[in-house]
Amino acid sequence: MNGAKWKRPQRGEGFRPAEYLLLALITLAVALFCVCVGSVTVPLGDTLNAIEGALAGRDGAGTAAAIIISVRIPRVLCVALTGAALSLSGGAMQGLLRNPLADGSTLGVSSGASLGAVLAIAFGVSIPGLTGGGTTVMAMVFAFLSLLLILSLAHRLDYSLSTNTIILIGVVFSMFANSMISLVAAFAGDRVKTILFWTMGSLAGASYGNVLTVACALAVCGSVLLLHARELNAFAIGEDNARHVGIDLRRVKLVVLISVSALIGVCVSIGGTISFVGLVIPHMTRMLTGPNHRRLLPASMFGGAVFLMLADLLSRVIVRPMELPIGVVTSIVGSVVFVYIFYSTRRVR
Amino acid sequence: MLQVENLAVRYGALAVVDGVSFTVEEGQWLMIVGPNGAGKSTLVDAVTRGAAYTGMVRFRGRDTADYRPAELARGMGMLMQSHSVGYSFTVEEVVRLGRYAWSGGLFSGLTDEDGEKIDAALAATGLEALRNQSVLTLSGGELQRTFLAQLLAQDPGLLILDEPSNHLDLVYQKQVFGLIRDWLKAPGRAVISVVHDLSLARAFGTHALLMNRGKAAALGPVAEALSDGYLAAVYGMDVRGWMREMLGQWD
Repeated sequence: MNGAKWKRPQRGEGFRPAEYLLLALITLAVALFCVCVGSVTVPLGDTLNAIEGALAGRDGAGTAAAIIISVRIPRVLCVALTGAALSLSGGAMQGLLRNPLADGSTLGVSSGASLGAVLAIAFGVSIPGLTGGGTTVMAMVFAFLSLLLILSLAHRLDYSLSTNTIILIGVVFSMFANSMISLVAAFAGDRVKTILFWTMGSLAGASYGNVLTVACALAVCGSVLLLHARELNAFAIGEDNARHVGIDLRRVKLVVLISVSALIGVCVSIGGTISFVGLVIPHMTRMLTGPNHRRLLPASMFGGAVFLMLADLLSRVIVRPMELPIGVVTSIVGSVVFVYIFYSTRRVR
Repeated sequence: MLQVENLAVRYGALAVVDGVSFTVEEGQWLMIVGPNGAGKSTLVDAVTRGAAYTGMVRFRGRDTADYRPAELARGMGMLMQSHSVGYSFTVEEVVRLGRYAWSGGLFSGLTDEDGEKIDAALAATGLEALRNQSVLTLSGGELQRTFLAQLLAQDPGLLILDEPSNHLDLVYQKQVFGLIRDWLKAPGRAVISVVHDLSLARAFGTHALLMNRGKAAALGPVAEALSDGYLAAVYGMDVRGWMREMLGQWD
């Protein structure tokens, strides 16, 4: 008995390896589907051949293989990782703030990150040896500063950080950040084109470099968030109770907010603002897994990846051969779900 | 076990708790009583570091400000007056959190000891049948017992209970107070509870702190601190007479 791990199967809080395998297989299947389908649909066999060829170091034969390897795969990977990162950060914030409507877009963090990125472009902030590094770092820093500003304002107005106050402040802050972006763009001179292009936000031109950036951010910040699942459970149950069971409130808040800001900053600097992914996915996942973050957070990552890949696919094929911005698709789905959550949580109280 | 010296909590110019001192030794059950707004809940909030205060709170000889949060939670635990849970966690998930302060690092799972403590806490509070139920579906009393089970699983030496019988019907009130009296029999333990019901305070308390407008009006063994003179001064009425009159309804 001594020191042995407590192993009654029905007590396990997290997923079992088989369940992880299933989630991974579903995600992989959706990814392959999204790689095959598009303005030019490539049969699965050819796609697999092209991937195999590229892995073996052979030069792809034909345009189909070139599209698959140099356009579709980096795009789908980047979309999947962005979806996972955004919904993981949404899920973590909803737990930390005990607020089912919290998300990068509703809190104004994404707008703050955009402002940071636009400032970086306008003033040419760059990190030597890292293409786009300046934009990414500025987006991360501004995401964190916006989050601090929004939360401290909300805290002053309403100690309990109620749903309504925090969303209201988020909306006001978003408006402010967006008008600042316009202001900066107006004075940016010849850089205006780059800024406009960037604020449109798109993952269409994602490169393997982008994939690597998001993957690294997700590996570091994602692991930090997943390792704080128990603390997030405590916050979701109640902050005072969390203090009484011995959680270091300041440390956990700081760690979670920094991780979330870094993830949102990286995603925004690469794909622009993609609204509502972090709101919708954790909410729908919670209905399936329950609120325990040991299950909610990993499931949200897979769910976010699948959702954003499908949304991206839809944006590519719905007005073929043109493309919709991916944010259009997520916003349409997201705003409907937002109204539904707002309505159902108000009815309970 | 606990020494509180000259503790004060101010919200702006208003002193909610105004220079209160008391001590609690092992084996004692200190009842904090007084009219509404006397500062009872704020006082226990400050003791558990939930409200900013001036003065000194020492637990086992050390300033509570010098404890790390988990370390303090292994020593003292608190049951709040009311609870509202935002999401549909199960009873067991809430009780499990009580073991947080005892867990090792980020990667360690629950040990056999954790499992036994959780099972024992659920059994003691009569919640075994509800362990997989969502806390959003519970009655006020069941929710109160869920958090009491969490506190028992946390297994601190000092229990601080703010209105523990809040929401509890008579059956559970009797059961919960009996449970805590049995819990107190083991060595190294003490209880502080805020109660409204003066009969409960006299029946279960060993000591009492009578508060009025943020100050200690009386402090000592329960029969002395809750004697007629002090009660009359604080409540402005003949408390004993009223209690007897109420009890007379049952004859």
